[in-house]
Amino acid sequence: MTPEGPDPGGGHLVPPGPGADRPDGALVLAPAPPRAGSRLRWIVEANVVVVTALAIVSSLVLGGVLIIATSPTVLHALAHIGSHPGRALGVAGSTVGDAYAAIFTGAIVSPTALGHAITTGHGWTGVLTPISETLVSATPLVLAGLGVAIGFGTGVFNIGAQGQLIAGALAALYVGFAVHLPIGIHLPLVVLAGALGGAVAGFIPGYLKARTGAHEVISTIMLNYVFLNLLNELLTTQPFQQPGQSNAISRTIPTTARLPHLFGSGLRANLGFVIAVVCVLGASWFTRRSTAGFAFRVIGSNPKAGRTAGIDVRKVTTAVLALSGALAGLAGMATLSGTDFFLSSGYGGNIGFDAITVALLGRNRPVGVFLGALLFAALDTGGRNMQAATGIPLDLAFVIQAIIVFFVATPSLVREIYRLRESGASIGQVLSKGWGG
Amino acid sequence: MSVSALDVPTGLPGAPDRRLVTLGRVRGMGAFLVVLAILTVLAFGVATPGSAHATFTLSAPPAVSVAPLEMSVRTVAVVCAILTAGLGALLVSRRGARGSYLIFGLGVMSFLWAFLTWAARGNDLNFEQMLAATLISTTPLVYGSLSGIMCERSGVINIAIEGQFLAGAFLGAMIGSVSGDLWLGVLAGAAAGAAFGWLLAFLALRYGADQIIVGVVIVAFCTGLTNFLTEQVLTPYQTTLNSPQTFSPIAVPLVDKIPIVGPVLFDQNVFVYLAAVLVVSVNVALFRTRWGLRVRSVGEHPHAAETVGIHVMSVRYRNVVLGGLIAGIGGASFTIGSVGEFSSEMTAGLGYVALAAMIFGRWRPFGALGAALLFGFSVSLQSFLAVLNVGIPSPFLAMAPYVITIAVVSGLVGRVRPPAADGTPYHRE
Repeated sequence: MTPEGPDPGGGHLVPPGPGADRPDGALVLAPAPPRAGSRLRWIVEANVVVVTALAIVSSLVLGGVLIIATSPTVLHALAHIGSHPGRALGVAGSTVGDAYAAIFTGAIVSPTALGHAITTGHGWTGVLTPISETLVSATPLVLAGLGVAIGFGTGVFNIGAQGQLIAGALAALYVGFAVHLPIGIHLPLVVLAGALGGAVAGFIPGYLKARTGAHEVISTIMLNYVFLNLLNELLTTQPFQQPGQSNAISRTIPTTARLPHLFGSGLRANLGFVIAVVCVLGASWFTRRSTAGFAFRVIGSNPKAGRTAGIDVRKVTTAVLALSGALAGLAGMATLSGTDFFLSSGYGGNIGFDAITVALLGRNRPVGVFLGALLFAALDTGGRNMQAATGIPLDLAFVIQAIIVFFVATPSLVREIYRLRESGASIGQVLSKGWGG
Repeated sequence: MSVSALDVPTGLPGAPDRRLVTLGRVRGMGAFLVVLAILTVLAFGVATPGSAHATFTLSAPPAVSVAPLEMSVRTVAVVCAILTAGLGALLVSRRGARGSYLIFGLGVMSFLWAFLTWAARGNDLNFEQMLAATLISTTPLVYGSLSGIMCERSGVINIAIEGQFLAGAFLGAMIGSVSGDLWLGVLAGAAAGAAFGWLLAFLALRYGADQIIVGVVIVAFCTGLTNFLTEQVLTPYQTTLNSPQTFSPIAVPLVDKIPIVGPVLFDQNVFVYLAAVLVVSVNVALFRTRWGLRVRSVGEHPHAAETVGIHVMSVRYRNVVLGGLIAGIGGASFTIGSVGEFSSEMTAGLGYVALAAMIFGRWRPFGALGAALLFGFSVSLQSFLAVLNVGIPSPFLAMAPYVITIAVVSGLVGRVRPPAADGTPYHRE
């Protein structure tokens, strides 16, 4: 390796192992050697970290424009910008600033509460509540997002996370209230039931695709509605409905079926988040190291090569959808057993669809999905705080989420806007493939 | 329904299952019809008292009045069963696959007639209203799936139909309300859809972003934005910004007098007529014109198309914007075509159903129309059965359209083949 060689980016392409200096050998990306000026170069380069950071900044700017353009008070002040320019800009700035401050304090930490806790030594629960809430809402997103990502990585479009999530929650609910066991046995059974319920819901489209060729996009979309209606039916009939209720509300699961709190009863963060983290690590290992994961990846990148190599595409398709469904089912279980303890109609909100966005934001990689879900969850919980504090609708947070993904998905656009240098590593590659298969 | 692709072996060795309709599947369809016929006789014929009658109302205002049809449930069941079984036997004994769908469709219709007669026993079923309800649910799906076809035939996946629907519905309602001119509303809806079509093209074609990601995010963006604007802008100024008129039906003289089908087909609002015109014109344009040949070649093999002098990028750009425009008009039909106001997430996932209809209809306008009609009919059947009180809990009835679609897709349609370059970015060599 010659030190004068061209630097392709933040790293040198070097052969693995000492002495292996053949240029045609396998090349791996190694950290750049410390050299004057090169250490900070990555900041002006279009790498993943910089692009994501700029995407977040840009989305906040656009979100601010949206707030300004739709707030009556700001528009009123702006109408007199000729006579009172300072006041107009001040109103615009403070409206946007208050909104974003509310998002931050609602999602991560409130500086005033933190200062109060440090000086008095009390109120730590209040300080940790925002971050705990963010972890709580990240949990189902991580799990369902992992499921969708595993599908995408194998060339399978699972649009049915929403339905699989409901199926998992229903199965977990049933085992939760119908079985009476000590927590050490009951809770694992509930978790297992959630995964199994989701797996069955994912297996159906997988089996149909393998047996009859029915396209998984159609069947998973349709099954979303099927499970939604199944939920509505079960919530109003025995044995699922809460006795004595006429509303669509299920029985409540007992404490033996609930995921324990992680940091005491004052904070809602629970074991579900740990399960999500374990699944991230498991998925990471699975896709990179295991034989089945390898088969999945081969089918994802080149089904024909996989078929030639003797991989049973049908089996893989079925298995992927079942696994993907199991993860979505765990997501449904996590909210039921972690925070809600009962089901009502509309359970799951929009998590199944957000999971698709999170999977794509995380580039189908488990750790990426994890970080993407944390970001989405932070905007979500922070957005709720913003709505309560400033009256700006929570939907602003969803708009910001979408804009972030727009930019992350289009690194070359970000590069053009901010005039970044081209990075050596390709980060704009296509992650999903067409419908065929 | 197109059958031209039937019985064409793809020539891929070791992949015989890529044939779209096999004789085995045709026999299966025939056997299924025979089973349906037996079911008809047993459930609707034998198990029903001979005195049971059902009445179908067959006339609606503009049409020439037809006397209500009163039928004996048992007689109808037996006649329909014989018909269904006959058609099933025909399918089983066939040697070619061509035209099988038509025969199968007739068989299923015959079964449905018997089923409806049984469900309406001792009751009155307004058949006219049922057809009208079918059309209402079908129309937006037709726009959505045509939008998908326009994009995907040129090789770009448009998963953003739902978002374009919402944008069109929102802006259509707002402009239609502010200006008081519904046609401006349609234009605004079309422009909103086209704008998001352009965004998809801009990010996916110019900057090479993943088409699925951009599509999914457009849906998330439009959902968030329309919700935000509804709460922030529309609700406070409901009377000025969100109270448009709606298009009233226009009767086509003479033909609207045709009994039974007249009012359903020829006394509808602009959106229905436009949808019909679009289905025919997109079909003609795609399969009978030079333009269509170029579009399809870009969708199948862009490099070959470029070689013969077609500008791949501009074909794709144009088609994606056009597709967005069509979806935007479809979106406007939700507000100024029927309800008369925008409400949050009013499209309720129908954009995704339209996507399914497009795949189900094999990327062909008439196929998609058939799929949309099937879905629309299931929706209307479901709501009528709920009224007739046949003893099935309503959530299960509400599942019916989706279950029927899954059953049809896995039983009849099977493996579908998208345009070869669908979803694949194009790079000039």
